[in-house]
Amino acid sequence: MATDTVKLPERPHEHAMDAVGTEPVRPVMSFYVYEWPVRIWHWLTALLVVALSLTGYFIASPPASVAGDTSALFTFGQIREWHFIAAWLLTIGVVFRAYWAVVGGEHARLIYYVPFWSKQWWSDVFLVVKWYLFLNKGEKWVGHNPLARASMFGMFTLGSLAMVVTGFGLYAEQAGVDSWLRGAFGWTLSLFGSSMALRTWHHAGMYLLLAFSAIHLYAAVRDDIMGRVSTVSSMISGWRTFRDFHDE
Amino acid sequence: MARVETFYEVLRRHGVSRRSFVQFCSLTAASLGLKPAFAEELAQAMQVKPRIPVLWLHGLECTCCSESFIRSAHPLAKDVVLSLISLDYDDTIMAAAGEQAEQCLEDVRREYKGKYLLCVEGNAPLADDGVYCITGGRPFVEQLKDYAADAMAVVSWGSCASWGCVQAAKPNPTHAVPVHEIVRDKPVIKVPGCPPIAEVMTGVISYILTFDRLPELDRQGRPKMFYGQRIHDKCYRRGHFDAGQFVEAWDDDGARQGWCLYKLGCRGPTTYNACSTVRWNDGVSFPIQSGHGCIGCSEKDFWDNGPFYERLANVNLFGAEANADGWAKGAAAVVGAGMAVHAGISAVVRLRDKERHDTHLPPKGGTP
Repeated sequence: MATDTVKLPERPHEHAMDAVGTEPVRPVMSFYVYEWPVRIWHWLTALLVVALSLTGYFIASPPASVAGDTSALFTFGQIREWHFIAAWLLTIGVVFRAYWAVVGGEHARLIYYVPFWSKQWWSDVFLVVKWYLFLNKGEKWVGHNPLARASMFGMFTLGSLAMVVTGFGLYAEQAGVDSWLRGAFGWTLSLFGSSMALRTWHHAGMYLLLAFSAIHLYAAVRDDIMGRVSTVSSMISGWRTFRDFHDE
Repeated sequence: MARVETFYEVLRRHGVSRRSFVQFCSLTAASLGLKPAFAEELAQAMQVKPRIPVLWLHGLECTCCSESFIRSAHPLAKDVVLSLISLDYDDTIMAAAGEQAEQCLEDVRREYKGKYLLCVEGNAPLADDGVYCITGGRPFVEQLKDYAADAMAVVSWGSCASWGCVQAAKPNPTHAVPVHEIVRDKPVIKVPGCPPIAEVMTGVISYILTFDRLPELDRQGRPKMFYGQRIHDKCYRRGHFDAGQFVEAWDDDGARQGWCLYKLGCRGPTTYNACSTVRWNDGVSFPIQSGHGCIGCSEKDFWDNGPFYERLANVNLFGAEANADGWAKGAAAVVGAGMAVHAGISAVVRLRDKERHDTHLPPKGGTP
């Protein structure tokens, strides 16, 4: 925990009165959670997941045919090329983010493993599950709550890694049989049995990441309102603010 | 058996001139994708090497591999069967039958122990002790094991021997398994396809017999020279794919113009085979050229990755069948409804507990 940067509270309005003038407005408790490289990575990845899903969907279900001179057209090829460019960028992001998990702060590591054997962690997960089921008033967590951490690790970290690996498996198919790409990722064909099965699972992986994105978005907005903690804005500023706690 | 003749001797005996022989070597080398210098090596090998005996076994299969093989134009099956290889046993096309045929099999195994090539067409069903395929009075799996044990190498003809094919498609009632799952201690060369292309079959055999070594195989155990690329990579309709010009229905204008069959489920992009380069029936055509998409017959589990006329394969989950998009729609409905209900309850709870703000403990996981 020592690596965590802690904001020293500023109290410019400590003695100011609110609109009605009954209570002083107190500064709220804040923590620096998301370092700037993580924030940039987060939004780039979000953008790339949208781009990859769109182009990927069209690769599986091509848009209506275009009429015209075949040799002058590159419509479907263009969609595929965008997919490949976005995929390379996402891959660079995945590698960079893993690097940052090593050199970055404590919170940067959370989504790379779960303390599966820790009883404390499981009881924390249980607390959060109960909170989402409206069975308790909820704990507050500076970084991801334990359940969020588990879903990010399982659905996003492993999910995006699986997409990169299966994606490169498919990408390697168009490279020669003796290419380095086939050497590095050709094993995915053996793993899934056939190129067709590899495609099916890569396609299903897209839906896994989209499902994660939907849940992620819902939980973030909900936490902002129900948990009275900054979530969406914290991925822009880096600061997590607890509206109900005050530095005294 | 007397001294085994060389390829050259047999060819000469059949009235082939020296000139024709050298031409044949050049052609064969070219069809195998070898450098021009190899034509000479091929000629040399054929002049000095005795022919290697081949046993051709038939398991659970439809004989389409044999049908394809005898239609080879290049080199002619006649030359391969009668001259290049010493096909000592093939119960479908040999003259002998019954006891005599079985005797032939036994003779080769005894005299050429460790030196003959075992070609297997079809596969062995294992359920109920293998009774679903009986050859020579006993389960085929036993015959396969016996003759593989003394072979130099095994060639798996077709998708049956290579992957299992239709008899191994779900639910695989006879528990048919491909050859490499039974023969584990010998090199197995897979030549998949339903059937494989004739020139690919004769090409593989010519290569093995000429050079005394197996062709270079890919990760899946298929000869790289014929299975290194997908049909899609060399498809003459590829330009329409990149342009985004697809046949949308079998009778539309795109179909008449020969546009890409991707949207109608063509498996060219997922199928490793030489159809788009070698083609069929002496290079006349191949399925895509005839206006029908590839069904991926040389791919593992191609029967289970249907429907053939749709881009996305169906996936069977919880006893229901739909493609990935179909399952995603269902999942989206469930997740969406769940989130909506959860959001509604959240709003109600929040309105009820509006005054609870000041009662919390400090946050966990960080030091203020």
